[in-house]
Amino acid sequence: MATQAPATASLPETAPRRLVLEVLHDWVTTVDHKKIGLMYIGYALIFLVVGGFEALLIRVQLAVPNNHFVSPQVFNQLFTMHGTTMVFFVGMPILFGFGNYLIPLMIGARDMAFPRLNAFSFWISAFGGLLLYFSYLGASGLYGAGGAPDVGWWAYAPLTMRAFSHGHSTDYWTLAILLSGIGTIGTSANIVATVISMRCPGMKLSRMPLLAWIYLVMSGLVFVTISPLTAAQIMLMLDRYVGSHFFDTQAGGSAVLWMHFFWIFGHPEVYVLVLPAFAFANEIIPVFSRKAVFGYPAMVAASVGIGFISLSVWAHHMFTIGMTAGGNTFFVLSTMTISVPTGIKIFNWLATLWGGKIHFTSSMMFAIAFLFQFLIAGLTGIMLAVAPFDWQLSGSYFIVAHFHYVLVGAIIFMIFSAFYYWFPKMSGRMLSEKLGKWHFWLFLIGFHLTFDFMHIPGILGMPRRIYTYEADRGWMLLNMIVSSGAIFQAVATLLFVYNMVWSYFKGPIAGPDPWDAWTLEWSTTSPPPDYNFAVIPTVESRRPLWDIKHPDDPDSLYDE
Amino acid sequence: MLVLSVTAGIFLVVGGLLLYVVIRYRHRAGDANAHQEPPQIYGSTQIELSWTVIPILIVVMLFLATTRVILSTQNAPKPADSLDVTVIGHQFWWEYRYPKLGIVAANELHIPVSDPKHPTPTYLSMSSADTDHSFWIPRLAGKTDLIPNRVNTMWIDPQAPGLYLGQCAQYCGTQHAKMLLRVYADTPEQFAAWVAHQQQPAVEDPSASKGRDVFQHNACISCHTVAGTVATGRFGPDLTHLASRDTIASGAVPNSAANVRAFVDNPANFKPGALMPAMHLSQKDLDAVTAYLMTLK
Amino acid sequence: MSEAAIIPQNPDTAWVLPSRGIVGMVCLIVAESAIFIIFIVAYLYYLGKSLTGPTPHDVLELPIFISICLLSSSATVHIAVSALHRGNRTATSLWLAATVLLGSIFLAGTAREWYHLITVDHLTLQTNLFGTTFYSLVGLHATHVIVGLTMLSLALVFSLTGSLTSKDTGRMEVLSLYWHFVDAVWIVVFTVVYVLGR
Repeated sequence: MATQAPATASLPETAPRRLVLEVLHDWVTTVDHKKIGLMYIGYALIFLVVGGFEALLIRVQLAVPNNHFVSPQVFNQLFTMHGTTMVFFVGMPILFGFGNYLIPLMIGARDMAFPRLNAFSFWISAFGGLLLYFSYLGASGLYGAGGAPDVGWWAYAPLTMRAFSHGHSTDYWTLAILLSGIGTIGTSANIVATVISMRCPGMKLSRMPLLAWIYLVMSGLVFVTISPLTAAQIMLMLDRYVGSHFFDTQAGGSAVLWMHFFWIFGHPEVYVLVLPAFAFANEIIPVFSRKAVFGYPAMVAASVGIGFISLSVWAHHMFTIGMTAGGNTFFVLSTMTISVPTGIKIFNWLATLWGGKIHFTSSMMFAIAFLFQFLIAGLTGIMLAVAPFDWQLSGSYFIVAHFHYVLVGAIIFMIFSAFYYWFPKMSGRMLSEKLGKWHFWLFLIGFHLTFDFMHIPGILGMPRRIYTYEADRGWMLLNMIVSSGAIFQAVATLLFVYNMVWSYFKGPIAGPDPWDAWTLEWSTTSPPPDYNFAVIPTVESRRPLWDIKHPDDPDSLYDE
Repeated sequence: MLVLSVTAGIFLVVGGLLLYVVIRYRHRAGDANAHQEPPQIYGSTQIELSWTVIPILIVVMLFLATTRVILSTQNAPKPADSLDVTVIGHQFWWEYRYPKLGIVAANELHIPVSDPKHPTPTYLSMSSADTDHSFWIPRLAGKTDLIPNRVNTMWIDPQAPGLYLGQCAQYCGTQHAKMLLRVYADTPEQFAAWVAHQQQPAVEDPSASKGRDVFQHNACISCHTVAGTVATGRFGPDLTHLASRDTIASGAVPNSAANVRAFVDNPANFKPGALMPAMHLSQKDLDAVTAYLMTLK
Repeated sequence: MSEAAIIPQNPDTAWVLPSRGIVGMVCLIVAESAIFIIFIVAYLYYLGKSLTGPTPHDVLELPIFISICLLSSSATVHIAVSALHRGNRTATSLWLAATVLLGSIFLAGTAREWYHLITVDHLTLQTNLFGTTFYSLVGLHATHVIVGLTMLSLALVFSLTGSLTSKDTGRMEVLSLYWHFVDAVWIVVFTVVYVLGR
């Protein structure tokens, strides 16, 4: 591992201090992918705390049966806002933020393909988030309950029709996501154009870091994923305001049509969220195992395969709506099939670790937990793919446990891992490893307390989206344990935020390559200059820095 | 069972390997070659193939097993002696109609127990009058959704008598959490008695005439039905045999005079967001109508 | 900066990658196609399911003339871009103007059709499922035509004032790609709505 500069050194002062207004103006008008990436990440972190707070409130309400901590109306708003916030205003922005920051650096470019589109996409998505939360001040919901949307994050029709959802809370949901969807499509177009058209000389597609490949697949997926949701939301707005009948069952319209449209978006969306987590794993696990990733071509093929197959599985969210046996069977098959490329990725990571020299930095510990947890999440997914099993457990807390296992256990863990890995590059300083270990263990305990035990009430019959439950069903002890885990996770997250703030000012200087890694972003300073590279590099293999550090055994010998 | 054993097996194998790898290959600073990089292995087509083919085989096996269960459930032939019940979901209560028996009930479903040698399952034909709902009694069957403008069917086949609990499993609005399900699997004698009773029109108890007047001169009759009277509303639950039920407000609270009175006074006492408005009756009228409702056995 | 590692420089064969503009426009086209497909699916799903009101067979007539106009405009914009590539300002302006004209005829024809449907046949978005899906699908397409015409008109103005030169051929190619997409969508909408659906 590279040696680090003594902690007492400070970053060289090269420019005079600027006025606050100048700094603000710089950030608001920037088109630099690094600053935009950081804004996405900062924005998402704020919403992570907000969404997490909503989850805490939910868990307090559900800790005991027949609780009166919040009213039914407020609870229904909480779970709607929690889901909507976490998916659209935490998950998407944070992953696009990392992509924005890293992709040009990793492919040897100076910026993204369309810098102004980049800025526009960020600001319109940010506005969407603010619009959603403005609903607390502005709207009036189910039965005039007032405030934020309360129709669940899937907003099933006909609950969202004017007749059942008075006031404007549903409209805030629709418009906020519509706007952020435009931003998402813009950023995805940017990523595809960047990856295809702006790679440095010598970087054939087969020499690109896997992160770039996966973001390419993910962005391609976005085009056919977000658009159905946009279309469905336009239809919903037309129904609510212009009197059209897309989902109006009184006029012969179909509630099931909304379900199909929503899940044609909704399922690939979770792959849009998880693919970047895979991307991080593909960069981080090799470095801390000190080995090249095992089976690069297979990893590319598996990622592309996952992208395509994910488009065919959506109705496994609809096994209970009364599809024909043929329909159900098809979606069972497609859902089970996706486990094959996903499994391949897990095996390849295992093989990367095998024979390596594993360094247990905070980043790597989160990555290893990711591997275990993603395995379990995938297995409960296979269980749920068995439609008759799903007939029992759909709409129950088993499902909630399953998807949080993926979203938190896999995605959030990998995001934490990515933070510990790339924070030095972004800020020039290392995060505290001591605080990192505390963060890891506290979060791990909280995560497992909450989400391991959450499977059981589901099996015992507890449906989701209920503001309370009866005392005679035997769910109380389990809910209490689930709720207690939330506290650990909250404390751990706050520790993490503190770590970032403290380390930004006082952390040890990182230098350009603190992890002794092999991809191009580690060849420039930490943080990189505005222009990224003094000279655009030319590469001859998948790990250009490995070639430099090991001139006797460069990757380029094995490059095809 | 098959699914559980397959997934548990995969977990033990892969998880076990992961655990092994993480312990065996950790970097130890004291090692002789601690500063050297380990051998760089880029891949192996053979290994990739094996861990592609084996999962495919597992998937095929699981898929075939699953298909068998799907077909046998969804395409099960319907025995001649099965009972037909039409279920209509409402915000936030359940309407049950027995077309061949001429019965309309609400919130508590009585069905006959089924003898495996001579099955008498209950076939539910389900739809919704408003938003999406879902009928889920875990100990009886998987859930099926109730969707407006669509009829879904499922069957249940309880073989032990008793009370089976469940609740609505598709978010349908404010009081989704209190749209509880109570299914009573009755012995043949119990069921016959229940049917005979439910087929009677409402009890005409002369001592409750004051309450009956209050009921029939207020808006109650525009939403509720009491068989054999002028009350023929369909928006709310059928009250003909209200007093014969164990609970009111779709399982939310036990059926007692005090609870009925509190509910009629203001449904928000138990179910804020329920569609029944507070009736704003005087205390006297409230007492009278409660007494009347409690006579509707 | 001296801390940064130096990567070997090897100026060998030419490193040519696809144009960013074209890639970006292809991405947009893929996304927009997905939106259109959803509206087309809704249209097909609801065919024959209207409870009341006029049916496609009752009120729709094949819009042959305006379709020919629109599809020809793909040819004219292609010619315009070739002219721009050769640096011929007059030809570019002429063929761009022809494109805008043909596109405008299409829009006018659509407007006329809708006027008739609304005032004479009493078909609106609110009438029935057919009205809902017809106006939203055709309307979505018309919106894309309007956006395209706006951009083409801008290009025409730039060409007339001499600001558009052969250097801008790449950008015009991106715009013409969008216009070809709009025409291709019309072929699908035409087939689904006026041929299959009636």
